[in-house]
Amino acid sequence: MATAAISAERENYLNQEYGIRSWLLTTDHKRIALLYLASITFFFFIGGFFALLIRLELLTPAGDLVQADTYNKLFSMHGQVMIFFFLIPSIPAVLGNFLVPLMIGAKDLAFPRINLLSWYLYIIAGTIYLHCIVTGGVDTGWTFYTPFSTAFSNTKVIEAGVSIFIVGFSSILTGLNFVVTIHRMRAPGMTWSRLPLFIWAHYATSIIQLLGTPVLAITLLLVVFERAFNLGIFDPTRGGDPLLFQHLFWFYSHPAVYIMILPAMAVESEVVACFARKRIFGYNFVAMSSIAIAVFGFLVWAHHMFVAGISLYSALVFSILSYLVAVPSAIKVFNWTATMYKGSISFTTPMLYAFGFIGLFTMGGLTGLFLAALGIDVHVHDTYFVIAHFHYIMVGGAVMGYLGGLHFWWPKISGRMYPEGWGRLAALLVFAGFNLTFFPQFILGYMGMPRRYWQYPPEFQVLNVLSTAGSTILAIGYVLPMVYFLWSMRYGKIASDNPWGAAGLEWKTSSPPPTFNFDEEPEVTWEAYNYEQISAPAEVNVER
Amino acid sequence: MLSDSPVAVEQHGPELLHHFADAEQQRDAASLGMWLFLATEVMFFGGMFCAYLIYRYWYYNEFAAGSRSLDIWLGTINTAVLICSSLTVALGVRAAQMGKRKLLVILLLLTIVFGFAFLGIKGVEWYDKYKEHHIPGNSFNVDDLVKEYPQIHIDPRHEQIYFSLYFAMTGLHALHMIIGVGIFAFLTFHAWKGRYTPKYYTPVEMGGLYWHFVDIVWIYLFPLLYLIDRKPLR
Amino acid sequence: MSEHIMSSKFYYTIWIALLCLTVITAAVSFVDLGPFNTIVALVIATIKALLVVLFFMHVKYTSEKLTKIVIVSAIFWLFLLLALSMADYATRLLS
Repeated sequence: MATAAISAERENYLNQEYGIRSWLLTTDHKRIALLYLASITFFFFIGGFFALLIRLELLTPAGDLVQADTYNKLFSMHGQVMIFFFLIPSIPAVLGNFLVPLMIGAKDLAFPRINLLSWYLYIIAGTIYLHCIVTGGVDTGWTFYTPFSTAFSNTKVIEAGVSIFIVGFSSILTGLNFVVTIHRMRAPGMTWSRLPLFIWAHYATSIIQLLGTPVLAITLLLVVFERAFNLGIFDPTRGGDPLLFQHLFWFYSHPAVYIMILPAMAVESEVVACFARKRIFGYNFVAMSSIAIAVFGFLVWAHHMFVAGISLYSALVFSILSYLVAVPSAIKVFNWTATMYKGSISFTTPMLYAFGFIGLFTMGGLTGLFLAALGIDVHVHDTYFVIAHFHYIMVGGAVMGYLGGLHFWWPKISGRMYPEGWGRLAALLVFAGFNLTFFPQFILGYMGMPRRYWQYPPEFQVLNVLSTAGSTILAIGYVLPMVYFLWSMRYGKIASDNPWGAAGLEWKTSSPPPTFNFDEEPEVTWEAYNYEQISAPAEVNVER
Repeated sequence: MLSDSPVAVEQHGPELLHHFADAEQQRDAASLGMWLFLATEVMFFGGMFCAYLIYRYWYYNEFAAGSRSLDIWLGTINTAVLICSSLTVALGVRAAQMGKRKLLVILLLLTIVFGFAFLGIKGVEWYDKYKEHHIPGNSFNVDDLVKEYPQIHIDPRHEQIYFSLYFAMTGLHALHMIIGVGIFAFLTFHAWKGRYTPKYYTPVEMGGLYWHFVDIVWIYLFPLLYLIDRKPLR
Repeated sequence: MSEHIMSSKFYYTIWIALLCLTVITAAVSFVDLGPFNTIVALVIATIKALLVVLFFMHVKYTSEKLTKIVIVSAIFWLFLLLALSMADYATRLLS
């Protein structure tokens, strides 16, 4: 194993070639991962900026910061930017791209040029969306519901629709690449049952991306056509059915939430195993649950439409199915918890995020069951209860998974350690800020405050103020890692090949890895998570 | 960008990409990739088939009338044209497998010819619709259908939905045909240059899969759009 | 995918079959079969599609199981979209 000082000078994927062309025309999955990292961070702050404006407006019951129309644009674009340009690509395009070939012992993904194309599609789509923002934005809600989006909205619906159509193909190509890579390019000895659960979860995610996103694409295309050519497909005054749009939209957009959470679960499995120094409890169950989530996730979409006018009988069916889809997620939570039981726990930054993930994802998931109950949903649909529910999963779950993963693999990606003290501080700020922001929103929603409202009755103000205060803390928690990650690239402690003593092929090569990942093609003869054979290095047992 | 790894010493042609262990792995990857892509295309067209299903269920009369207004001869001929093109594609892959370069080029060119024939006939059909004011939009007018079928009640707004779906579905299909023609032009050029041999004809095979898929979409579009109800009217 | 090279006569046979089925489906549409017109048309279309998939696309002769899984999954997923959506529309008036 190379010493820390030497590995920084060895040829690796970062220093192998310099210059902007070597980055913009790269086909190296690791460099593409970093291209994505930069891009999605940029859009994260755009979406976050919209969120801050929303929270500022909601400090007071009156609509006094922005106009009503502007407020509609703020929440619409916050949602679209965060979902399509941040969350959906985040873990797969950054961590997945970087790690999938490394974890299975391959030199690259199956289709490196398509990987680069995927990033360029993202950039083109992002540019179009930025143009949309600065030339008026879109106010239909992130969901583009018809007939408002097709017949009544005066905003840039077509442009936003085209942009998201394109970024959808970026997502499809990433999924396609992963599935082919995982099937065809595993190293000798890397059988399916030896794959890290990170790979299983990304495989499941990719299935969803492949089978679901095309339906969103065609739906947006129909919306664009309807608006451009004045058709009547979704116009009730001309015989169209607005609910048809919703069926087609949610057929993708519900599985999309599993695209967002499965990769975070992928990270969770790796981090928990490493910092409990134990094989994941119930490997087969966790692997199969990932696949089950992907499949069942496609059977529940109309739970977004319970009060929209679907038939009661289909609502009952979708309600039952929505309860069922919670089961595999719960299985995973049990298994991670069981992994920690009698494990050797270290409270490193990734592990703090992992703890946060388990608790917050569970709360988000359980409140999802509230919403799956028809009777309760009638009461809380379109209120802040729903907003709190999905932010618990998407922020408390997915974003914490993303941040935890970034910290865990940062040494591998950059060859440097981030400052652990600051890392823990940021993790705690994120956790505290997040809960202060979103827990009050459960109460607000249950009390009846509707979502997407720019004004509200005065009795809701205290909770709104708490929520806004929390969002400020959360914002600081998000900015800190950006600062210290950048700092660490120059001044961070140089990382060894395996600073955490983690299992997995990616830790058997240098930090950062060479361009072709491994000096020699690995041959796998051990099971996944063989922690009984790996000793914990010093970093992992740093305790106060 | 990817320089030659010092470990790769095996003899291979320029077609073997460096991240693959051998030609077989590369071919298997390409095949799985293309089939997965076709699966995404099934879902892509599928969304419109869903819209079609719902509105045919709701507005059967208007769908039937709209279907009758299409030219069944042109539709049938176009179906036959695509079937012929699938034949030339299949024979082309076979020619590549057997290393018959000239035959391959001829078959690829024939496929393109059939592709253009299909698009030409489609253009004629669309032009007919344009003349009859059946293109959705501001000049949409189906008084002719209302008059022609007094036995069935036709709501012009619902009729417009049928034609919207007709143009959306055949339009998307035609776009895929155009892309297919482009792909086959690329293949023809490289086939003429002798790039495809019995050891390496994967692009021909993959292009063929794509073309067959586009044919299959039409195989379903034809009865769904043209043959809804052609029974003699009472 | 198969290395086995089919005879050109084989492809011509499939071609003829496809053309015949096309003529049949067009002709049958003029015959009054009541509700079965749609079913017959779709069955014929499916037979044609199967001929293309199995023989022109070589799926019958491939040793790769994964190809068949992908095809079946795609069709099944489309079926999910159609069936569960229709479940709403077909039961609305019952509510």
